[in-house]
Amino acid sequence: MTAIELAIGPCLFNWSPEHLTDFYARIADEAPVERVYLGEVVCGKRMPFSDPVWPQVIERLQRAGKTVVLSSLALPATVRERKAMIGLAEAGLPLEFNDMSMLATTAPGPFVAGPFLNVYNEAALGALVRHGASDWCPPVEVPLASIAAVARAHPQVTVELFAFGRLPLALSGRCYHARAHGLSKDSCQFVCEKDPDGMNVATLDKARFLAVNGIQTLSDSCQVVTLGPERLMENGVSRLRLSPHTVDMVEVARAYRDLLDGTASEAETEARLTAMDLPGPPCNAALAGEAGWRQVAL
Amino acid sequence: MSCQAETAAPFELVCPAGTPAALRAAVDAGAHAIYCGFNNETNARNFPGLNFSEAEMAKGVDYAHRHGAKVLVAINTFARAGSVEIWQRAVDAAAEAGADALIAADLAVLEHAARHQPGTRLHLSVQAAANTPEAIRFYAETFGVKRVVLPRVLSVEEIARLNREIAVETEVFVFGGLCVMTEGRCALSSHATGKSPNLTGVCSPPDHVAYEENADGTLLARLGGFTIDRFAAGEPAGYPTLCKGQFSAMGKTGYLFEDPVSLNAAALLPALRDAGVTALKIEGRQRGKAYVSSVVRAFRRAVDALARGEPETDLAGELAALAEGGRQTTGAYRKTWR
Repeated sequence: MTAIELAIGPCLFNWSPEHLTDFYARIADEAPVERVYLGEVVCGKRMPFSDPVWPQVIERLQRAGKTVVLSSLALPATVRERKAMIGLAEAGLPLEFNDMSMLATTAPGPFVAGPFLNVYNEAALGALVRHGASDWCPPVEVPLASIAAVARAHPQVTVELFAFGRLPLALSGRCYHARAHGLSKDSCQFVCEKDPDGMNVATLDKARFLAVNGIQTLSDSCQVVTLGPERLMENGVSRLRLSPHTVDMVEVARAYRDLLDGTASEAETEARLTAMDLPGPPCNAALAGEAGWRQVAL
Repeated sequence: MSCQAETAAPFELVCPAGTPAALRAAVDAGAHAIYCGFNNETNARNFPGLNFSEAEMAKGVDYAHRHGAKVLVAINTFARAGSVEIWQRAVDAAAEAGADALIAADLAVLEHAARHQPGTRLHLSVQAAANTPEAIRFYAETFGVKRVVLPRVLSVEEIARLNREIAVETEVFVFGGLCVMTEGRCALSSHATGKSPNLTGVCSPPDHVAYEENADGTLLARLGGFTIDRFAAGEPAGYPTLCKGQFSAMGKTGYLFEDPVSLNAAALLPALRDAGVTALKIEGRQRGKAYVSSVVRAFRRAVDALARGEPETDLAGELAALAEGGRQTTGAYRKTWR
């Protein structure tokens, strides 16, 4: 029986270089995770600020024994963004593909099919496996029963479940942070940096609903999946993805490690996580095929 | 195909049909091509009472071909795990019906079509959201895709640049409903209701919509229990499509994602021709045949006028009356939209 791994997903938000450096230093030193995804996924305009920190962060994480994977942009569009994606492969590190562009950009080799690729079934994953996919993190709206069915068809693929964090729901050509501030995308003044967990969006009757992060829309609620190791293995899941937020991610990783090691129950883990300062109320119902903002017994 | 007269047209006009009657109306109104889907979850307009049985599809293709028009069959949702054979059957049925092309987004559907129906032309659906030369090259080289329907994130200038870098045709939306999010990259509807375009071929589904009237006559439009929009007493109530609603952020309330507008790129036809676009697409498979007929007729006249080098007709005014809620946008085609 192989142990279930933990991964820190790519940071989706516009954190300052100092914030990123401090965050990953702590992950390297203290977080009980096997793997860390790095790189800008949401907006290429942030890259000139974050790019300089990566070499040092990569070295620090690798020294701590973590597997470092570079994540691609989810919606590359400009010439500069497309060139950056071609350059991603030059680092010689494993890659996560979040846009189909990557399949024509890089030399054939193993890659992680990220949650922004539309892989909903075993035949679609099969097509990507023929192009080198070795790992699959399903889109966040795919129910667990479907994930299990795909996993059964591809036992050689490592399936990674989005277990913690606000759910990345949508991408757009338009920047909603800029729009909310009366700016346009091209002159955005990087206002998304004001909201390190996303900008809260409520309904007209003040119900919490969504969160905006530049061109991305996330859930307000925070995915908290606390299935124990046996249930995960039954469903073909062999890695959990924890998506970075300003909440203490080392403590989040420790809670999941205790769950996977069998030293904490599912209920204890859920209580421990929901007692923390989460970016939104806990949710998990997309995995049951229901409205994703709800929390249900899985 | 007997399209000799049409080959001089600067664009192929691709028109929607949710029913056999709408298909005939679009053909009669001058559509060069009709797109439509089967009456199941394999197409992205999976609404009750809409779409075609296999027999209706065969008849529709026959009617279109007899009048010199093509039929493009949309099989553009993502197959449910464990049930891929439903989507594969749709591909085979469309080919058997004599469809001129399949419009697909899922790798599973594209692969099945490329392997088992190599004689049928493949178009990449907007739901695949391929907006770079690299992504388009992948689909062209892997599955032999001949045309890509572009996601509504590109400006006209970017479309022109893209067309210089790719070897396949491009098709762009010019009229009708407007996705604000990148098509095929949006799970907002499933977050609120459990159903979404990619999962089930619906967005903001009617069975999750409820209207509630307050004591003061204000009408609240809800989706999955979330209030999406509010209308004053007597104000016409719109449908609560999630991304077109009013929300509050940073203490301000308004149309956070997009105003309740629809797309109208009629004024951009010369620019789109110069950008190298092959086909113009009209949204609206959920629309009735009268609407389809009016919009198709107007656009066909505009396309023919453009071919003759004649000045702009009064297309904009004519179409304004047909637009949802009256207000229109050219969307991402102008860079300022972002």
